[in-house]
Amino acid sequence: MFKIKKAEFLSADVKLFEIVAPEIAKRRQAGQFIILRLDEQGERIPLTIADSNPEQGTVTIIVQGIGKTTKSLNQKESGDSIMDVVGPLGKASHMEKFGTAVCIGGGVGSAIAYPTAVALKEAGNHVITINGARNKDLIILEEEMKQFSDESYITTDDGSYGHHGFVTDILQKLIDEKRELNFVLAIGPIPMMRAVAEATRPHNIQTVVSLNPIMIDGTGMCGGCRVLVDGDSKFACVDGPEFDGHKVDFTNLINRNRIYQGLEQESLKQHECQLLEQADKKEE
Amino acid sequence: MAEFPSKKERMQIKRHPMPEQDPQARNKNFEEVTCGYTAEMALEEAKRCLQCKIPTCIDGCPVSIKIDQFLELIVAEDLPGAMNKIKEDNFLPAICGRVCPQEKQCEQQCVLSKKGDSVAIGRLERFVADVSLEQAASTPSSTTSSTAKKSSGKRVAVVGSGPAGLACAADLIGAGHHVTVFEALHELGGVLVYGIPEFRLPKAIVKKEINGLAEAGVQFITNSVIGRTIGLDELFEEKGFNAAFLGTGAGLPNFMRIPGEEFGGVYSANEFLTRVNLMKSYQFPTYDSPIMDCKGATVAVIGGGNTAMDAVRVSKRMGAKRSMIVYRRSEAEMPARLEEIQHAKEEGVEFHNLTNPLCYLGDDKQQLTGMECIKMELGPPDDSGRRRPIPIEGSEFTTELDIVIVAIGNGSNPLLSQTNPEIETNKWGNIVVNPKTMATSREGVFAGGDIVTGGATVILAMGAGRTAAAAINDYLETK
Repeated sequence: MFKIKKAEFLSADVKLFEIVAPEIAKRRQAGQFIILRLDEQGERIPLTIADSNPEQGTVTIIVQGIGKTTKSLNQKESGDSIMDVVGPLGKASHMEKFGTAVCIGGGVGSAIAYPTAVALKEAGNHVITINGARNKDLIILEEEMKQFSDESYITTDDGSYGHHGFVTDILQKLIDEKRELNFVLAIGPIPMMRAVAEATRPHNIQTVVSLNPIMIDGTGMCGGCRVLVDGDSKFACVDGPEFDGHKVDFTNLINRNRIYQGLEQESLKQHECQLLEQADKKEE
Repeated sequence: MAEFPSKKERMQIKRHPMPEQDPQARNKNFEEVTCGYTAEMALEEAKRCLQCKIPTCIDGCPVSIKIDQFLELIVAEDLPGAMNKIKEDNFLPAICGRVCPQEKQCEQQCVLSKKGDSVAIGRLERFVADVSLEQAASTPSSTTSSTAKKSSGKRVAVVGSGPAGLACAADLIGAGHHVTVFEALHELGGVLVYGIPEFRLPKAIVKKEINGLAEAGVQFITNSVIGRTIGLDELFEEKGFNAAFLGTGAGLPNFMRIPGEEFGGVYSANEFLTRVNLMKSYQFPTYDSPIMDCKGATVAVIGGGNTAMDAVRVSKRMGAKRSMIVYRRSEAEMPARLEEIQHAKEEGVEFHNLTNPLCYLGDDKQQLTGMECIKMELGPPDDSGRRRPIPIEGSEFTTELDIVIVAIGNGSNPLLSQTNPEIETNKWGNIVVNPKTMATSREGVFAGGDIVTGGATVILAMGAGRTAAAAINDYLETK
C-alpha cells in the first residue's frame, strides 16, 4: 500500500497528489512515469511524475478525472492509500543546453511539461513556457511555471484568461517574429501535440512530445503501448515515453487510444451509478 | 500397504487416462481442464513403474527428480514421503506436474514408452503435490523451515518471481541464506500468473507454492523493477546484498513487421493473456481492465507454440464464434505440447496450418477487419532442423477477422541492459552466462531462464534457477 500524503484540487477535475514512495522519489528523473493500480479490481494506468521530494520520500502526480480510475483516484484524500505504485518507468528526458527551449503544456499536460521545463532551465536554456487550457479554471501551475521561466504565456480556448486561442498561436507568433527557437517540448492532448509538431516542422525545430498510450505492465512485456515512430513500431514504456514529434504517427495513436472507448464509458457509467446508489443510501 | 505386483502383471496395467472436464463444457469456463488422478488411479498408475535398476526417466528430467523413488513411495502409500522425495529436487511440483512437457522429458525416457505408454510421471507428481497442498492447508504452518540450515548471514537478491527466480530462491533459502525476491508486477509468479491461463494452471496453486516459500523465510517485494525502482548497483552497495540472480524472463513480444500490425484488434499474445490472466479482463466490468469483446468474434492466433494454444483457447472461452490457429508450418513442426494441441482441437479450435499472414486489413478507424494470407509448403530443413516453409505463389487469399493475436515468441527485455551495460548480452539481447554456473560477466551476478535462453519452458527456467543457486552457494562460501 502506498499512502497519500497530500491531496488537493488544482481545478474542478484536476487533483494533485503527493504519494509516499521513497524508492521512486529517490531515483526519478524528469520525463519518467509511474503505473498505479487503485485496488484489487483496478486497472494499471500510467501517469507521468510531475515532481518528487527525495527527503520526504514522496512523488507528485497531477491527475485529470476522465475515466473510472482517474475519477475514483480523484476522490481519494490525504491519509488514503493506493494499492500498487511502480516506477520510475520509461527513459528520462534528454537534457542539454539547446539555447532557447519552448515548453508547451496543454491542460493537465502542463503538469508533465513542468519538471522537464525546470530541468531545461537548470541545464542553462532560455526557457519559454506556454501554458494552455480550455478556460481559466483549467489553467494549472501558472505561478510555478512563471517563477523559473524566462518568458511565460497563458492561452485559453474561450478567452477567459490570457491569450484567446491555442498554444500554437503563441508558438507561431514566436516563429513569425524570427525568434531563434532551438528546442520545443509539447505535452498535452494529441491534437495539440500534432499541431505543435506541424508548426515547427517547416522550420526544422527539434520537437519532442510525451506520449501516453494504452499500457499494462510498463516494462516492455505486453506491447500494448506500441506507437509508430518513423514507420517503425516502438514501445512507449521502454523506448519512450518521449519521441520526436515530427516522426510520430498521431493518427494511429488516436485510433489506438480509442480501442476501448466504448468499454471505458460503460465502466465509468456503472461506477457513477454505484456512487449515486451509495449517496442515496447515505441520505436514507 | 500396497506392493508392486509382478513385472508381468505390471505390464498389463494400462496407463490411466487423465480425468478431464467435457470439452464442450470447459470451452465456456476458466476452470482447470484436467481434474487430477484420484488416490486409486494414482496407486494403480504408480504400480506400472518397472523400478528399473538404471532409471532412465531421471535423465529426462531437467532437475533430476528421483522418479523411481517417489513412485515407490506412492505404491507404499507413503504420500508425505513421496512429497519429500520430490521436494529434494523440485520445490514447485504442483506447477511442474501440470505444465512440464513430460512427453519430451521423463516420460519419453521411460522404458515402457518403447513398447507402449510410459508411466504417467507428470500426473503422479501433480497428484502427490496436490494432496500435500491440501493437507498443508488443513494443518496450517507446521515447521516447514525445519530442514533449513543455520543462517549463513549472506544476502541474495532474486530479480523476478517467475519459475527461474522461485526455484533459485527455494534452494538458496534451504542453504541458509537470506533471500529477497523482487517482482516488477503487482502479483508474484511471473509467467505463471500473467501468461499461463487459469484453466491450465490455477492461480490458487501458484499462490500456495509461493506461500510455502514465504513460510520458509523468503522475502517477497512486489512493484519493484530492478534497474528502475532500485539499481543493480544499489542492491550491492546500499542494500547489502552479496549476490544477485537475474530471472527477469522474456521481454518485448515479437511481431512479424507486416502492414497493419498497428491496428486496433491486433494483440501480442503477451498483452492478450496478461489482460485476461493477470488483470482478469474476462470479468470486466467487475474488474476494470477492458479487453476487446470476443463474443461472437472471429479470432486468429498466429503461431504454433504453447502460448498460441493458450491464447486461442482463452478466446474460445471468452465466447469467440471461431477461434483459429494460423501456423506457417505443419502440425508436425508445432512447438506446442501435443496435449495442448489435442485439447484445443477438442474444444473446437480450427487449425489452419501451412498458412502465413501477409498483411492485416482495417477500416478507416484503423480497426482490424481481416487479413491477407498465403499458403505455404515445406521445403528442406532449416537451421532449426525443421522443414522450412516456402510461400506458394498465387495462393493468396483474404479472410474476415475481428481479433488477431500474434504469438510468435519474445525478444529480450532491454531494461537491465540499458542500465547495466557491463552485463554482457548476445546479439539478441539475451544475457550471456557460463552454462555450468549461470554466472554473468559481472561478479556476483548470475542469470537464468528466458532472459538467458529466450522463450523456453517453465522447467528449463527452474533448472537454470537451481544451477545458479548451487553456484551462488559456492560463490558465497568463498566470500
